[in-house]
Amino acid sequence: MVLRKGQPSPRLALSPFLNVISVERMPSALKTRDRLAVTGVRIVNQLSRRLGRGSGTVAGGRFGLRVDPRLLRVLAQGREVALVSGTNGKTTTTAMIREGWAGDVASNTSGSNMPEGHVAALVASASSRVVLEVDEKWLDVTVRDCAPRVVVLLNLSRDQLDRSNEVRAIAERWRSLWATVETASVVVVANANDPLVVYASETAAHVRWCDVETSWTADAVSCPKCTQTLHFAGANWHCACGFARPTPSTSLHDDQLQVGAATRTLRLALPGAFNLANAAMALTAVHELGVDVAEASQRVAQLSDVAGRFSRRHWRGHDLRLTLAKNPAGFAAMLATIRDLPGEIWISINARVADGRDPSWLYDVPFAQLRGRVVHCFGERRLDLATCLDYAGVDYVLCSEDSPPSPNGPVTVLANYTAFQDWLVRSTK
Amino acid sequence: MIRVATLLPELLGTYGDGGNAVVMATRARRRGFDVELIEVGVDDPLPDANLFLLGGGEDGPQRHATEVLHARGLAEAYRAGAHVLAVCAGLQILGTHFCVEGDDRFEGLGLVDAVTTRGVKRSVGELAVLVGGRHLVGFENHGGVTTLGEGVAPLGRVVRGRGSDGDVDGFRAPRLWATYAHGPVLALNPWFADEILASVVSAELAALPTVADQLYAERLRALGL
Repeated sequence: MVLRKGQPSPRLALSPFLNVISVERMPSALKTRDRLAVTGVRIVNQLSRRLGRGSGTVAGGRFGLRVDPRLLRVLAQGREVALVSGTNGKTTTTAMIREGWAGDVASNTSGSNMPEGHVAALVASASSRVVLEVDEKWLDVTVRDCAPRVVVLLNLSRDQLDRSNEVRAIAERWRSLWATVETASVVVVANANDPLVVYASETAAHVRWCDVETSWTADAVSCPKCTQTLHFAGANWHCACGFARPTPSTSLHDDQLQVGAATRTLRLALPGAFNLANAAMALTAVHELGVDVAEASQRVAQLSDVAGRFSRRHWRGHDLRLTLAKNPAGFAAMLATIRDLPGEIWISINARVADGRDPSWLYDVPFAQLRGRVVHCFGERRLDLATCLDYAGVDYVLCSEDSPPSPNGPVTVLANYTAFQDWLVRSTK
Repeated sequence: MIRVATLLPELLGTYGDGGNAVVMATRARRRGFDVELIEVGVDDPLPDANLFLLGGGEDGPQRHATEVLHARGLAEAYRAGAHVLAVCAGLQILGTHFCVEGDDRFEGLGLVDAVTTRGVKRSVGELAVLVGGRHLVGFENHGGVTTLGEGVAPLGRVVRGRGSDGDVDGFRAPRLWATYAHGPVLALNPWFADEILASVVSAELAALPTVADQLYAERLRALGL
């Protein structure tokens, strides 16, 4: 089985088959073809779960879209939609908006962030509130189908280049998206400190710029407008051609969050500066949706485990804390968070389709900051990792999941996408 | 003292290409050579270096990099005796012409008679090239088809993937190596790193066992070679 994003371990409880086609759960005012498509989505997803072929979000959604290619548009109609896209932080920020908004919110919690996953999420819940994480390449299609009120654009950096090719091409697509008439009412919540995101967002009619920590700017060293060198000074940046950081309306410094006129302290159960940045942008979105930021931030602060990320687990006598990073920017942020934690660091790398089949990106990760520590190398591409660490001057041990090292204090596991899923399945609560 | 210069990493460094400089420096230092690593930014003059490294880049930055390297005199430095390793976009820049941003044709640095046109579809995947009886392995991701002029030697024959045109990959000239195997090609192929290093120091090198040897063997097995 090829594990794709949004297809975690196939072990979900089954609901009675007849519930699948209960008509009263369908959104009202659907035409016959839409109803047929919706029923199809439910049946196929239930079958897929029963057969243990997946979490039941992709196959059904795909079926529904074949019956009715406009199904996402039909299902989103009349609902209040928020979308979240960007290279890193989509799943966490989506979860934060869900918490902040409160009540019943339809969402692609499984992480399936392409149209089939969106269709499945909207079939599963008839809630009038919707928040969806969206794969960067699918943002334009999803915006046109869902007519969102708010779109959060977190950051853009190199990721899975074997599939999405060039990060600037994505920025270009987003930029031209906002030039169309039907997006005029959308409020874009965008990261002002990421030049590629600013380039991709500045054409939108309404933007709320956010000053949040963005440590990775290696993909925006040259100006996205004119290719000259961008000049950075702290979070500020500008180019000789006039392209420059816009004035933010949201800012986050240490734990002081300012959204609009009000300032408050934001402390999260989730670790890391990058999660504070995600929270600041989620709360800006929630503010645009008419929710009180003070109340929302209390709910967001309590979030402690997003789809297993940062969760504490057990495996063969070891106490593990599982963390996920999928690309150089994610690794840089995560290494800064975990490098001083007590205990062992285990890093696990795969290069399956969902990870990107090319692990060259390991050489863009600032591993040298782990000098003085010993890294245990796991995963199908542990030799690529060990070689990279060796050249970076970091001590390493080649390990196997079949013959684990003996317990020696707490362990932080840092794994990329499918490797992380493997660790979730392998370990227990 | 060996001076290794990574050229314009902010423009040409899309796929972990910086790794090649680290590999070269580490393998030289572990054999007792002094090495200075230099990063050459777009506003810097071209330093005096024994080896220049060019990485991969996106279309706009590639064009910009070509203009900068032309103005800084990379071709003159090469003709004066420097060594050059170029991967992916770097390969295209060293040729006479290349196409980016649609089918617009741009002049390259002309170190080698090679013309790159836009292919029908991108070449993305594992690449293996037979170079002088040994396999060079790596990953390619590019949209170019590179045609060599008469008398120009390719780096080797393609046995997995597409390389320059499906038959051969890259090119080879005195003190110059170019391949579509992007990113840390020297990390994956320790023998290739040592071949370049031996040429730079004009000496035979003692073997240097590292974990990279295991990685190379594992990649060969994965590709059925």
